[in-house]
Formats: sequence, structure tokens, C-alpha cells
Amino acid sequence: MILGASIASPHVDWLGLSPPLALLAAAAACLLGAVLVPAAARRAFSVVCAGAGFVVAGALAVVVFDRSPAQQLMVAESLTRDRLAALTQILVAGFGLAAVLVARGDRRRDHVGEYYALLAAAGGGMMFFVSAGNLMTLFLGLEWFSIALYILVALDTHRKESLEAGLKYLIIGSLGSAILLFGSALTYGATGALGFNAIREATPTDTTLLVAGMAMIIAGLAFKASAAPFHMWTPDVYEGAPTSVTAFMAAATKAVALVVVLRVLVTAFPAQAGIWTVAIAVIAVASLVVGNLAALAQTSVKRLLAYSSVSQAGFMLIGVAANNALGAKGLLFYLIPYGAASIGAFAVVAARERELGREVTLGTLGGLGWERPFHGVAMWVFMLGFAGFPFTGGLIGKFYVFAAAYKAGWWWLIVIGVVATAVSIYYYLGVVRSLYMRPASARADLVVAGGSPPTDVALEIAIGAAVVVTIGSFFFVQPLIDLATKAAASLPY
Amino acid sequence: MLTSLLIVLPIVGALVVFAAPLPSEATASLAVIVALAEVVLWVVTLVGFDFGSPMLQDAAQRTWFGDLGVSYHVGFYGFSLWLAGLAVVLGAASIGFGAWLRRDRARAYYGLMLFLVGAVVGVFASQDLLLFYAFFEAMLIPIYVLVGVWGGPKRVSATITFVIYTMAGSLLMLASIIVFGLSQGTFSLIDSGSSGNEWVFLGFMIAFAVKAPLLPFHGWLRAAYTEAPPEVAALLSGVVSKAAVYGLIWIVLRHFPGPVASWRTVVLVLAAAGLVYGSLLAFRQPDVRGVVAYSSMGQMSLIVLGIFASSDLGITGAVLHSVSHGLVSAALFLLAATLIQRTGSDRFADLGGMAKGRPVLATVVMVVGMLTLAVPGSVNFAGEFEILAGVFTQGWGYAAVGAVAIVLAAMYTLRLISGVLHRDRGEAVRAESLDLRAGELLLIVPLVAILLALSVWPASITDRSFPSGPPLSSSSAASP
Repeated sequence: MILGASIASPHVDWLGLSPPLALLAAAAACLLGAVLVPAAARRAFSVVCAGAGFVVAGALAVVVFDRSPAQQLMVAESLTRDRLAALTQILVAGFGLAAVLVARGDRRRDHVGEYYALLAAAGGGMMFFVSAGNLMTLFLGLEWFSIALYILVALDTHRKESLEAGLKYLIIGSLGSAILLFGSALTYGATGALGFNAIREATPTDTTLLVAGMAMIIAGLAFKASAAPFHMWTPDVYEGAPTSVTAFMAAATKAVALVVVLRVLVTAFPAQAGIWTVAIAVIAVASLVVGNLAALAQTSVKRLLAYSSVSQAGFMLIGVAANNALGAKGLLFYLIPYGAASIGAFAVVAARERELGREVTLGTLGGLGWERPFHGVAMWVFMLGFAGFPFTGGLIGKFYVFAAAYKAGWWWLIVIGVVATAVSIYYYLGVVRSLYMRPASARADLVVAGGSPPTDVALEIAIGAAVVVTIGSFFFVQPLIDLATKAAASLPY
Repeated sequence: MLTSLLIVLPIVGALVVFAAPLPSEATASLAVIVALAEVVLWVVTLVGFDFGSPMLQDAAQRTWFGDLGVSYHVGFYGFSLWLAGLAVVLGAASIGFGAWLRRDRARAYYGLMLFLVGAVVGVFASQDLLLFYAFFEAMLIPIYVLVGVWGGPKRVSATITFVIYTMAGSLLMLASIIVFGLSQGTFSLIDSGSSGNEWVFLGFMIAFAVKAPLLPFHGWLRAAYTEAPPEVAALLSGVVSKAAVYGLIWIVLRHFPGPVASWRTVVLVLAAAGLVYGSLLAFRQPDVRGVVAYSSMGQMSLIVLGIFASSDLGITGAVLHSVSHGLVSAALFLLAATLIQRTGSDRFADLGGMAKGRPVLATVVMVVGMLTLAVPGSVNFAGEFEILAGVFTQGWGYAAVGAVAIVLAAMYTLRLISGVLHRDRGEAVRAESLDLRAGELLLIVPLVAILLALSVWPASITDRSFPSGPPLSSSSAASP
């Protein structure tokens, strides 16, 4: 008997796999370009390849979304093809495309091809990660995009901060991965199953073991979502990483990590819901408290946004803790304005950074609103979006997660969320304050390094798109929430 | 349709003014034209309005997101149409005043002013709780920047205090809205019933108490009204505070009859205390704007007294007094601005003796002052009288306190008049300081004219606010 005949190769659903594959192809093309394309054309080539990769992957994810009304398992039940994964992949594609546009104007001279290759690879990993159907593919996806991000963070090899950030992210990220892997092993030990659906249906031999495994899985994923108390790496890494990478991480990594937390807990551990809802609620509250209080004290805008992203994770986790379809919808909706505002805010920071050639603080941001009206208004919109002011989708996102918390009977989570919002307004409006209300004398020392750079069209497009999404998600709630409803229907509530 | 247009016109105007690369003068003219068009639009609405009908009029409704029962639903009732009229008239006057002062950074300034007008009109027109919240919060965005950029020397701390107070209040309201709307199954103000939940009631109540402001929530008032540019302060005290009136009448009274009954005494006592306290502080202020700020607090307390009187007379009087107080306080802030322009100060220590050689200024200040102290026959007197007559049913003590406050109002107003116009000529007043000029008169006289017209015919508002009785008249019978 021939060996090949005895192993039944699983049916491969190529369409379901296509979004991450498209990005892998784009990454390969960028890598080849780094060797084969002459240096002068390399940046343009890489931008086009990576951009096209995200566009094609997003388009394929749209097709998958359209053609997956019911959840299907693919490749020997290791991956899931459903609307939850597809919608998240669409978001990742959008964030990735925006990150490519932001990165185009970087003053990077070396590693140009590698940079875009890694960005595309990280995007592909994230798309794979959100469609994970068992604990092994979950770990695989996590490592895939994490390794790409470790390198991206440290890619500015001439900057000490970048190297330091890369090292920190690597060490703490690996710790998180190890915890996740350990938790997976314990879960497997308790249930004998790896697939999320199989874990749900299995009768655990040892409940303590299962709960311990679940807790470690939550902790491992919370590292990636930078939810407190697993957020320690966030400010340093966000600050040290190239700003375009920070933008991508803040939006996309957080999105996929939160969606996977939602999927794993709801799909695999419904029997333990009494435990994990409390755990997630505690993590949410910790994130709100730590993120908001720490952000109050920041002067570096990137660090401020990093702590703000910790507190935003807290808001979104309220939707997970609610453990109902409304919460899932709320989380998915929240990701849209949150992601757009994050990318946009870091894009404005990147523009300012390139203009000044130094770190952007609340002080060096001073007067930006009058010098560059478009960037000023955009940053203003993003801050209002984070703070949940009207005419931005942030208000609707908060409204949904709070509504979900109320439906779940967690009224005290609403109170904490509301108080956290009130605190957050101080530092979000602090950014607006430095945009418009810093006296001119405070910025007399600011000299534009090497003259104002010419307007970077790609960056402006990314900022403009982020503004449109942040505001548009306030007015067009119904179509977006319909998408989120369909995606949330993939979960067994 | 008309209602939507009333909301959208200033907001679209704001975007155009902000985005169009016009020179300052052209921007100012464009903004004034939009503000006047808004007034015309309101008059058109008024002409076509059926004051005999208790139904929502000029309504527009569209589902916003259906799964939670939230919709874009706007329209006017009699009383809210008057509040909206106050907003558009004062909006036009303030924007005109900004143009008269030639505010710098014109595109941002006029854009924000128009946006503020649109948001306030939106508040008065909202028939959906989330929409109401959106407009209520949206008012804060332009105010924050208007005060923070064009305000006085301590503007930054003033904005921070103002924002923290307001947001603390309105975020509690957001929590209340979520709980109320989800338990009712709809966020519509028309379809939802009443609730007996005291926590939810308090969430709303505190938000409006901060906005008004009521006694323990007034910490933001002095700094915000003094540090704001005077024409923005005119909008703040004249219009923005009236968002609380709309909320109290249309949300709190209608949807929380039980908690209103059990908290009535507390609110009435706070309002009465605020009335006296505000009036006393107004008497002690060293500057014109300080007097107007604390007088505004006193008058808003009086309005709350009327709203919680739970009698037709009290609530109708509250609406009438909201309109007249809005006009009076805006006129006073604009007059303060003209004084500051002439002398660089509005402190009584620097002013005085301005009546001599400035007959027009003296006349206008005198007339506005007489209206402020509510001389019998003025519209302010009519409003105060109705409120006090209304609250009399709740206990003669409130009416007595109110009567004392009227005396105090006379005292601080006369002190203001004599401090500016009479006595010896102040140090800051130069002989060549001009009388009121045509441009300033053009902005202030219409406000005074409206006040005088209302004095002649206060029933134009009182008979046309609640055709089927104010919201509490039915439930007040049920509550002891």
C-alpha cells in the first residue's frame, strides 16, 4: 500500500482561505521586489504590491462574507469560514491599506521592501488568526502575525527606541504566547479536544483544569489586545515603533485579538460563562481604570494614544463580558470608528513627526490646528471619536456596549464606563487644547526640520478616509449594524 | 421638513463657512446671511404653525438604527418652537456681534457659532432620546473651542471646569437614557411611557441641573460666563441653559411623574435657595458680566421653580420667562461687550458716569435694566408673576422667597445701572468714548423691541405653548 493512499487529504476550501493567501502572495512579491527591483523603484513597487494585497484580500473577504450565511469548517475543521471572520478580515484589510498609505511617506532608506512584505504578512496572519477553528491554528495565527510585528517594531535599526521596543515586545509577547500555549495544553488535557466546537461539546474530565486552561487562554489573548493588567508593553512599544506600524497595531492587532477573545469564549466555553464573564468584566474595568488614569499623565502623544487604546479595549471588552448578541454586535461596530480614529490619529502624529524630525508631544503639537487646518480638524474628530462625542461613531459604539451591559444586568459596568468616559475627556480634549489653544510663545522653538515636507497625498487620503469613517459611522449606523448583526449570528449565543 | 431644514441649515452653513477659503469680511457676511436666513426660516415655520393642535408639527422621522428602536425624529410643539425662536434670534444677534467686533480666525469662529446654533435648535426639536443626547453633547464641542480660543485670560481653566461639570452631568444622563430606553423598548420621546426609577430620574435631573445651573452644580458658571467672549456668553446664558428647560419639561416631567412627586420638595428648595443665593451674589459682583452671570443663575432657578410647581400657571410662566430671560441676559452681555470695547473693562471700579454725553447708551442700558428687574408691565414681570402664582400652590413660602428675590433683582440691577451710567466718571471712561453706534444698535435694539412687544402681549407665548395643558397637569392630580 502506498503511503499517499492511506492519508486522506482534507478538502481545501480555497475561497475561504483566499484572503490570507492573497496577502501572503503580496508579501512574497514585496520580498522578491526587495531583491530584484532597482532601489529607485523599490518603494513604489512595494507600496503597490502591499496595497494591492490588502485591496484584493479585502475584496475576497467581502465575497466570503457574502457567500457564508452559515458557519462552515474547513481544512479538517481547523479553520472556520463564517461572517464573523470575514467581517474582521475586511476591517483588517482596511486598516492595512490605510497603514500602507501612512507608511509611504516614511523617510526610510533601507528595508523598504521588507517593511511592506512584513506588513502584508502580518495582515495575512491576522486574517488567518480570526478564522482559527481550533487551539492549534489559533496559536499558529497568533505567532504568525506576532513575529512579523516583532520585526516591524524593531525595523528602524538606527533608532535605539525602536530596537528597545522590538525587544520588549518580543519578550513580553512571547510570554503571552507561552501562556496561551500552556492554556491550550491544559484545555486539551481536560477535554481531549482542540476544536472550539469540540471543546464545547466535550465533557471535561477535570473542570479545574479546564478553567485554568481557559484563564490562561484569556490572559494570552489579553496580552495582544493590550488589556490591563496585560498592557505593560503597550506604551513603550507604541512609542518606539515606527509610527505607521503603531497605527496598524493599534487598530488591527486589537481588533483581531478582541474578536478572537469573543469567538473562543462564546464558542468553546459557554458552560463556563459564569466565570469568564466576570473575568472579562474585571479585565475591562482594570483597563478602563489603568488606561484612563495613566493617559492623564502623558505628554508624549504616542504614549497618550497607547494608554487610550488600553482604555478603549476596556470599553470593547464590556461588549464581550455582556455575553449576548447585542454585545458582540456592539464590539464589532465599535471596532469600526475605533480603528479608523486610531489609524487617523497616528497618521496625524506621523505627519507631524516627519515635519519636525522629533518626538510629538502635547507641546510640539501646539498650534497644529491653525498651521495645518485639515490635520487639526481631523485630529479633533479622532479625539471626539475616542471620547464618544456625537457626530462620531464612537458615541454609537459606546451606546451599544453599554446597552449590551444593561441587557446582561451589569448596570454597574455602565456606571464605570460612564465615569471612565468622563475622565478620558480630560486628556482627549487636552490634545484639542494643544492643537488650538497653545499660546504662540510655547512653540517658538519649533523649527521645521529641513523645511516643510511637501504634502504627502497618500497620507492625506488615509487621514481623510479615517475622518469619513469616524463621522460616517455615526450617520449610517443601520447598514453597519446589519453587517455586525450578520457577523454576530455566526456565534452560538 | 421645515424642522430638519432649521437644524441642517446652520450646520451646513457652518461647514461651508469653515471650508470656503474666503477673506474674513466675506466669511463674516456669509455667516450673518446664514443666521438671518435661519431667522426667516423660523418665521416661516411660525406662520404655518397651528398653535391649537397639541400634536407634534413639522415632524420628520427616519429610522436611525432599528434594532434598539432609535430614530431621527424631530418636530416642534408650541413651547419648543418659542425656545427655538429664541435660539435663532440670539444666534443671529451674536453672530452679528462677532462680525461687528471683527473676530479673528474668522472661518473657524463663524463655523463654530453656526454649528452651535444648529445644535441648540436640534436639542429643542429632538423627539428621540439618543438624538436629544447627541445634540445636547454637540453643543459642547463649539463652546469648548469658542471659549478656549477667543475667551479671556483665564479661558483654559474656565473651559476645563465647564467641560468637566457638563460632561459629568450628561454622561450620567447617557446611562439613564440607555436604561430608560431599553426598559421602554423604544427611545422615542413620544412612544415611551413613564418610569418610576429614581436613579434614572436623577441621571436626567443632574444633567439638567448642571446645565441650568441649579444650586450645588453652579461651580462652572462664573468663570465660563466671564471668560467666554461676551457674544458667546450671551448664547450660553440665553440659549444653551434653556436646553435644561426643554429637558425638564419634556423629559423629566412627562416621563417621571412618580420621582418628580417624591423629589419635588428637594428641587423646589434648591431652586428657591439658588434664586436667593444667585441674586445675593449678583449684588456683590465687581463687574457687569459677573452680575449678569449670577443673575442668570437666579433667574434659571426661578424657572425651575416654575417647572416643578406642578401647575399650569407655573410651567407656562417658566416658558415665558425662559424666552424673556434669554433675551434680557443676551442683551446685557452684548451691552457689556460694548462697554469693554469702549473702556477695556466692565468692572464697576473703572466705570461710571457713562450716561453723560451718551444718551443712546444710557437709554438702552436703562430699558434693558428695567426689563431685567421686572418692572410691572414688562414681560419679565409677567413671567415671574405666573411662576410665583403657580408655585404658591406648593406652599406660600416659595412664593415669599421668590418675592424677596424680585426685590434683590431690583437691587442688583439698579446697582449695575448706577455703576455704569451714574456716579463720577470712572478711570477707564474717557471723554471721547463713543456713544452706542448704529451697528451695535442694529443688534441690540431688535432684542429690546421683541421684549417690549412681548411685554405688550405676553399671551402670544403663554396661550400658544401648551394647547392641551402642560405635561404635568394630568399627573399632578394623581400625586398628592
